[in-house]
Amino acid sequence: MSVAAISKVVTANDLRSGEVLYLRFPHSWTPELAKASVIKDDDLAKASLAFAQGQPNTVVGAYLSDVIDERDGPRASHFRERFRSTGPSNYRHGKQEL
Amino acid sequence: MYQYSRFDHEFIAERVAQFRAQVARRLDGSLTEEEFKPLRLMNGLYLQLHAYMLRVAIPYGTLNSRQMHQLAMIAERWDKGYGHFTTRQNIQFNWPKLEDVPDILQALADVEMHAIQTSGNTVRNVTADHFAGAAADELADPRPIAELIRQWSTDHPEFQFLPRKFKIAVTGSPNDRAVTRAHDIGLRMTEQDGQRGFEVIVGGGLGRTPMIGKTLSPFVALDDLLPYLEAVVSTYNLLGRRDNKYKARIKITTHEHGIEQIKQRVEAQFAKIKPRFAGANLQLLKDIEQHFVLPKFKSSSAQVEADSAPAQSPAFRAWLDTNISAHKLPGYAIVSVSLKKPGATPGDASADQMRALAEIARNFGHDELRISHEQNVILPHVHRADLTQVFQALRQADLAAANIGLISDIIACPGMDYCALATARSIPVAQQIATRFQALKLEHDIGPLKLKISGCINACGHHHVGHIGILGLEKAGVESYQITLGGDGGAEAEIGTRAGPGFGADEIVPAIERLLLGYLQLRLDRNESFLEAYRRLGLAPFKALLYPQARKAA
Repeated sequence: MSVAAISKVVTANDLRSGEVLYLRFPHSWTPELAKASVIKDDDLAKASLAFAQGQPNTVVGAYLSDVIDERDGPRASHFRERFRSTGPSNYRHGKQEL
Repeated sequence: MYQYSRFDHEFIAERVAQFRAQVARRLDGSLTEEEFKPLRLMNGLYLQLHAYMLRVAIPYGTLNSRQMHQLAMIAERWDKGYGHFTTRQNIQFNWPKLEDVPDILQALADVEMHAIQTSGNTVRNVTADHFAGAAADELADPRPIAELIRQWSTDHPEFQFLPRKFKIAVTGSPNDRAVTRAHDIGLRMTEQDGQRGFEVIVGGGLGRTPMIGKTLSPFVALDDLLPYLEAVVSTYNLLGRRDNKYKARIKITTHEHGIEQIKQRVEAQFAKIKPRFAGANLQLLKDIEQHFVLPKFKSSSAQVEADSAPAQSPAFRAWLDTNISAHKLPGYAIVSVSLKKPGATPGDASADQMRALAEIARNFGHDELRISHEQNVILPHVHRADLTQVFQALRQADLAAANIGLISDIIACPGMDYCALATARSIPVAQQIATRFQALKLEHDIGPLKLKISGCINACGHHHVGHIGILGLEKAGVESYQITLGGDGGAEAEIGTRAGPGFGADEIVPAIERLLLGYLQLRLDRNESFLEAYRRLGLAPFKALLYPQARKAA
């Protein structure tokens, strides 16, 4: 087992709604980053990404995204991913509605 | 305005049916995303940061009330109750669901609208002067030509896979309100020996390599225009680079080969293809022109000078000062409705506001609306006697901001709040600048100013041609904003100069404030605009205002 330097989550957009989703083990998707499964192992990261890419009729554009693993769940480490996990800043139209 | 022919209706209906089947096949797994993506992009459907985005074409920015009502219905039924008007006179819906898009396209087709060629490497929506057909200063309405170009370029079999996207803008006025010099092709109406034609400008564009377009021909007669355009686009289609996306636009082709070589190739191609057109384009233009006859204006005897009415409120007077432009008829006015209320998202209109605009256009505006590239809505034909009622109706819809052409009338792209390409946010910066200057009560004192914000190097927010331009980038993991100064999108178009290092998200508004407070001290008098003062003094004094620490250190 090789340990990844940075914690990651698998993220993608929902095929039907376009909504940002995160992979939650074993094989479901959640719209909330805080509920996503955090991956700290390179092999698991590769396998998880392959699993996501193998669901083309559920999600689009899956990739690994860096996170900071905190007590109440993962938090995006880059501002772009932070906006994806919350929604736009001008209206509460995104995940702020959750 | 233009009414669809039977051919248009059938073509659009066929495309809706095709896309409905394509979406169904994507959803049932028969099409992969790789296969489906080019099909959805051909119909203006993008996948953005948080959702799909549907970009709907508003040809040359012209709408009637029925179409505006339909956009309101779409916003309410299939989106989150609003739409975003763009710098290419289009409207974007930010939250449609994939399975609803065929129904949205059908609803658009019902009012003679579509989303075709709002993406992809094709000729995009043809834009025009938003005052076209109404402006006191124009030679003639450029929209019949824009419509002719729309018909020629839509589904043009040779031009569906150009090296890169291709944008055309048209103006009928010497006062360029369509930024023609920043387009792949800019057309400026002109006259020679009593004959009407166009100056053809080529190779302008913003983005990562901003360039001002060059004159390819100072005069192309009307009946030569379509074969000439076809010669330009087919020359580019063969010559344009396909090895590097960032060098694929015609501005780079023109830069690399030189305008003279482009001219020779275009002229050779033009000579070859012109006989094939055999005047059909002129006959078509004649038919199209029938759709653009001026509305039946009220007779001059009914004119009332609303401006001299005694019981004017200060708010109404302020609005008249900023939001009214000269119409070709003295009894009429062009009304610019600001979608830039300080604190609001530039270019956004709610479904209720769209309905209010549609009703105002129907009751007081000969049923015409325009979308400007500056993300405002224009009522091109309002009788001056109706201005008071129009103002009241706009006020009720929260659309009476009196700030056209002032600092809070900011162009801003959607930025990283929506766009997958963005490197930083634009909207909050626009909101903060507008509310800050409203609080300072300096907006009118500062006077004419074009501030434009892009959230990435692709420059949808036209920052290069802003008197003040702001470009949002990422620097060391945070948003960083670069300022350019002295840009101009008008007849004497100019690319702004980068002032220096970028500012952090919390530094950009204070920097703009320092710059403009300093300008008030630097200007000769109230009549010298920011751009004029910049041109007189150059970059140095403005740079010193932006970077006071550097001055201290030096």
